Parts: sequence; C-alpha cells; structure tokens
Amino acid sequence: MTTVLEVQSLTKGFTMHHLGNHLAAFDQVSFNLKAGEFLLLKGQNGAGKSTLLRTLYRSYVAQSGKVIFHSQHGAIDLLSAADVDITMLRREEIGFVTQFLVARPRVSAEALVAEPLRMAGETAEAAMDEARKWLSAFGVKEDLWRAYPTTFSGGEQQKVNLARALILPQKLLLLDEPTASLDVKARAALVARLAQLKADGTAMIGVFHHPDDVAHLIDRVIDLTPGLENEEREDVVV
Amino acid sequence: MAITIEAPRLVKAAPLLKAQNVSKTYGHVQAVKNVSSEVFPGEVLGIVGESGSGKSTFLRMLNLEETPDSGSYTLDLPEVDGNLFDLDRFARRMLCAKRIGIVYQNPHLGLLMKHSSSGNVAERLLVAGERRFSVLREKAQEALEASEFPVDRLDAPPIELSGGMQQRVQLAKAIALEPALLLLDEPTTGLDVSVQALVLDTLKRLQQERKITMVIVSHDLGVIRTLADRVMVMRRGEVVEAGLADQIFQDPQHAYTQQLVHAKL
Amino acid sequence: MSLSTLTKDWEPMSYGFLDPSAKREIRRKMLKAVAVPGCQMPYASREVPMARGWGTGGLQVSLTLINPETTVKVIDQGADDSVNAASIRRFLARVSGAPTTLDTLDADLIQSRHRIPEEKLREDQVLVLQVPNPEPLRPVQPNMSIARQMHADADYGRMWLQLYEQIVRSGRVMQGASYPSMVNGRHVMTPSPIPRWDVPKLHMAKHLTILSAGREKRIHAVPPFTRVEPLVFDDVPYKVEEHGDLTCVRSGAKGFFMNEIPQGDGSSTYEISDSEFGVKSIKQTEGTDTIFGETWYKNGEMS
Repeated sequence: MTTVLEVQSLTKGFTMHHLGNHLAAFDQVSFNLKAGEFLLLKGQNGAGKSTLLRTLYRSYVAQSGKVIFHSQHGAIDLLSAADVDITMLRREEIGFVTQFLVARPRVSAEALVAEPLRMAGETAEAAMDEARKWLSAFGVKEDLWRAYPTTFSGGEQQKVNLARALILPQKLLLLDEPTASLDVKARAALVARLAQLKADGTAMIGVFHHPDDVAHLIDRVIDLTPGLENEEREDVVV
Repeated sequence: MAITIEAPRLVKAAPLLKAQNVSKTYGHVQAVKNVSSEVFPGEVLGIVGESGSGKSTFLRMLNLEETPDSGSYTLDLPEVDGNLFDLDRFARRMLCAKRIGIVYQNPHLGLLMKHSSSGNVAERLLVAGERRFSVLREKAQEALEASEFPVDRLDAPPIELSGGMQQRVQLAKAIALEPALLLLDEPTTGLDVSVQALVLDTLKRLQQERKITMVIVSHDLGVIRTLADRVMVMRRGEVVEAGLADQIFQDPQHAYTQQLVHAKL
Repeated sequence: MSLSTLTKDWEPMSYGFLDPSAKREIRRKMLKAVAVPGCQMPYASREVPMARGWGTGGLQVSLTLINPETTVKVIDQGADDSVNAASIRRFLARVSGAPTTLDTLDADLIQSRHRIPEEKLREDQVLVLQVPNPEPLRPVQPNMSIARQMHADADYGRMWLQLYEQIVRSGRVMQGASYPSMVNGRHVMTPSPIPRWDVPKLHMAKHLTILSAGREKRIHAVPPFTRVEPLVFDDVPYKVEEHGDLTCVRSGAKGFFMNEIPQGDGSSTYEISDSEFGVKSIKQTEGTDTIFGETWYKNGEMS
C-alpha cells in the first residue's frame, strides 16, 4: 500500500508571551502512515494528542520536523507549504473531524452538509441528495434538515458536523474525539462510515476517549505519554 | 528554529493581488510600513489590528484612493500591467469602476444618500459605460437581490434605510459589475449583532457562489474568523503575523496577536 | 511729427463700449472655445452698464463681434419686443452704430436669451446665447474643481444617473430647459436654458453658436457643423415638447414652439414664441408679401 504521510521528528510547544514561558507539547514524534491505515493516538490528558492532530492540519504551528504528505499533486511538506496550498489540500484531500460544529447563522443543516460536495464541483441537486442521505444515516430527524443547526442540541450538532466532515472521501482523515456526546445509533453509523472509508483507502489518525467502538479498525497505536522512549511509541501493534 | 513557509507549489494559479513593500507616512506618522501581501483568486484575506494600525489606509491604497510613498501593487488582470500606483487618475478610475468593488464602514462614503438605491447601483454600471435604461434597471435589481435587499424598496433612497440595508446597497453596488476584487472596510461595524450576522452571511454566500477574491479589514475578530481564509495582523503600520485564519486564532505566535486573540470575548 | 498726430483724439468711450484689451481677451477665449467645442473657457467678464445675470455675458460677446456693418437682432424668450431685448438692442446700436433688425433672415449677429429662432440660421450668421449656469455638472458635483476634473476625464456617469433618477421617480425625464448635451462626442455642455425643442437645432447647424455666462465668467461654443447630442439612454428616446400640433391664436402659425396663455375658464390658448415669425405669419395672412426662411421644424417635426 502507498504511503500517505511521513511524520519526521515533529516537535511542538507553545510560547505564551504574557506568561513569559514555553510549554512543550510533544517532542520528536516520527511515524509513517499508509493508505487505508487507521492509527490511534493514545496518552493521558494533556499528552498532546489533539495538539498533534492540529499540528498536522496546520491549525498549530510546529517548531521543527517534517510532515511529508503524498497528495495527488505530488509530495509536499505540510509544515512549510504555502497557506494557499494548505487551503487547497484541506478542501480536496485532508479532512478534520472535531467534536465542535462551526455552524453559521442562517445556513440549514442540509446545506451545511452538502457544502463540501458543492465546493468539490458536485451539482447543488446531487450534493443535497447525498447530504440528506448522510443526515438520515446519522439519525438526524428529517424535520431538522432544513432548520439552522446553531439552535440544535450538542448531540444533534455533532451529527451534522460528522455528516459534513465525512460526506466527501478524503485521502487523509484526522479524527478528534468524534464519538464524544453521540448516541448509540449515530456511533454505529459513524463506525460504519469509517470502516467504509478505510476500505476505500482513506488513511486515518484518531483520538478517541473510548477506542472500543473502533477497536476493530485500529491498525496501530502511538502512545504520546511523555517519558516514553521514541522506539516504544512507534508502531505498537494492538 | 522556526519553519519557513515556502512559495505555493500545488496551487498553480498566479496571485490575483500582489502588494510589495507598501509604505505611507502622514507627516511624522508612519501609517503603513513595508507591507507586502499576496491574495490568490477566490481567496479571502482578513486584516486585523486595532484602530490606527494602518489596516484601513492599506485598504484604501488597494482601492487606489490613496497613493503610497513607495511600494508596488499589481493585479493579475488582462487589461492592466505593471504597478497600479503609477496609473494616472483616469486609468485608476476606470480600473476601480470595472474591477474593484468596495464597501465602506460609513455608507455615506460609498453611497449617494438621497438618490434611489437602485440608482446607486446603476451609477457603477454607468461609469463603466452602460447606457441602456432597461439594462441598468435589470442589473441593479439583480445585484440588489443577490445582496438580499428587499425588491419592494428598490428605489428608496439609502437615507431612509437602516444601517444593515445601507450596507446591502453598498454591497450590491460593489458586486454589480462582478469585480475581480472586493474590498471590505469594517463592513459590519456599528450594526446590531443580529443584522451583523445577516450581512456576514450574505457576504459568505456571495463569496462561495461567485468565488470573489476579497480583502476584509476589521477589528472584529469574529467577522474575520467567519469570512477569512488567511489573516494578516497589523500593528503600528507593520504586519506582525500572517497565516491561515484558524492558525492565527488557535495558535498565535506573536505576543501582540496572542494579546489580541485572548482579548476576544 | 508729434505724439498728438500719431494718436487718436481722446474719446469718452471706446468703440463698442468695451476697451480693446477686454475685446482682445474675449476674442481669444472665443477662439479657444471654438477650438474645443463645448469646453468652458474662463474669461474676465468686465463691467457693462447692466446687472450681472441680465445677459452681460452675451452682451460682452456681441460688443466684441460687432462692427458698423453688423446687422443685430436681439431676442428674449423668442420675443424681440420685451424690455430686456429692446434695451440691449438699443444699447448695441448706440455704442457701435450698427443697424438693427427684427427679421432673423436679415441679421448677422443674433443675441438671444433662452430661444433659438424657428428659421434656420446660415453659415454667415452668429448666434450668441446668454447663459446663467454654464456648468452642467453643478447639480451632481457642487465642487467646481472636481467638476473640471470630471470634464477632463469625460466622467459623465453622474449625468446619466440624474436622468435615471428622474425616470425612476417620475416615469420620464423631467429636465425641461438646459438639457445637458454632448458636444462633438467629448464635452457635455448646458445649451443655456433653451427648451428641449431647440436643442436639435444646434446639431450639425450651419451657424456658429457662442454661449457666454457673464456672472460665472465662462464662454463655450458650438462651431458650425458640430454634433450636439442630448444625453439620453439608448432605449429611452429624446423627446421635445409636444407643441407640434399646436396653433398660434394670433398668427395661425402651426407646428412651432408656443407660449401657453392660461385662460379664465381653466383652458389654455397658445401664442408662437418666436414673435417675429408670428408677425410674418400675420402679414402673410393679411396679404403682404413676406419672405419666410426655411424652418428647422416642418409640420411640427424636426427635419
């Protein structure tokens, strides 16, 4: 299987100017990821699991290292790529699923879910049909499809969020606790969708509070707990 | 050892807007100091900074209203070539009328308050040379509708309209000719929060539907966060930090940006 | 030889009232105005024995152009016999010795306020129009420095915006007199407050028209055979006053620009505005041999 991502000696910390201090998040993390592989990030709270995901997504600025992503346009280092390149990759090849929905006022749930498809060139009609299919799969009641998710409960918002994030198959998918606050049915739909994407070749890196749900998908685990030697962290097979 | 950001490699399109080392002083005050920026087609660049940071001055220079002391500014358009700051008054006016739209914080700057709203939009088409009444009317109505302006108020003068509606007229005027570049100077400042959200939503929708390249200046981080792909943080005329919008908001690097982001409610 | 033999005797007044330097300036400005049709040329505007705003601009041009052989006609709103027209005519004759006439065909120089005669003017005739407000951009741009820049840039979008506003508000273009017109495809001018009826007469006319504003100190000109096009939308045609079907109650002349005379019963009658044309029509009806010139309008239609 082809390599999707090569993370080399990735180091991240936060400088807080008003406190005048530096907070290390993780140091010298290295691993490779192939197409269709599912990697679980493990470690106690504050070990930097979410931080690692965000650093890979470039929401956080890394201190040093390299993250080579093999995009359909060629290999590129995500840490030093131009902002426009990152924007393009986020639109086309790298997905990020968080527990928080970034809802916009006056945009209906179905339009929000259909948006990535429309941006990718799908017709409005087809995108909307697909969006409704996924809203239904995640168990969002039909009455809510045309409502504005800003007013939804946390659980419903999360379902809309997932439908939106997973509607378009990506080459690399970053999952930041997507199962938090989900009911059983939605969780099952999520796991089914992840399994399907994985089978289709999407490489995934995930942080899960309760990894049991996705246990059968996990290929490898990386433990970010500080103090562990690099070698121990890498490629721990479950 | 910080990581240096490279030039774009995947995106093949040339930047639409390129400003290099733009500087401007007013008397002893250096309003804008060596500001450089690139904006790619379809991209939204947000410029944040407190009052007096030079962000609005920079925007006015992009609208060719103000000439800098030094620096260059190019737009990747077939009809223009070279440094736009060197254009004469006539060429500037034609370029601005046809290719650059602007929405000001103060509608008085952008609108004739006692003319009809549709007339305000039509003026832009008139400057560009349209001389058919029916076409003017039709296009003005189209642009106003796209800006979600109520059709039954088409000919009401802006002076009789609410602030939010006035901004919609400005927006309609700005997009009437499908500009290559849309400049927004604090477009929602001073509006009620609910109206602000509606105007922002209209902007977002227009941006997605028409893929308009935008530069938006605001001291309101929420506005920038909603609209911008990329953010440039200015302070005392200089750019202190620039990066992807989510990166600037989630992991600001510069002390000033951290202060700015943490100050947000 | 002494100085007294070389110079003229002292006279209480220069020929044609204005002193030679004033005339020279106006001649130069007229030449400039002819050279750039429709473009306003500033000039000094001297004192004349008449209040500013009563035709001092036109008077100065007439005084400059006049010589003892120039036959002069002066009209005010079409009439030769109004107090203002009669006074100016008498003054011009008095300071120059020039003959005067009421007949358009006989005149070499016609000074007019707010009308162009109904009979066509010839190559050898000059029409001088008195202008109160020479700046067509004033209603849309009160700042005159910016207005001049707009002329320089041919930035006339706002003029059309004004028409747009009128159509939107009133359903039609409301501009009556002083209809802004494009001269030679370049400068927009105000043709002085002549009615819309008269504007087409300036288009490709054989005669020279000089427009002079004494209070505002501006001269502009429409040289012979120059395009004068009223500003209109491509799809909203220019309309003149609907006087084509009206008949003059006194002279029986039909199809010319009329003055409306309101009657006690609420109705209106009409009198021809070009008074001398009316006089000619009456003479003809009475059987006197009268020579009419060719008219711009025939059967109420511009030809």
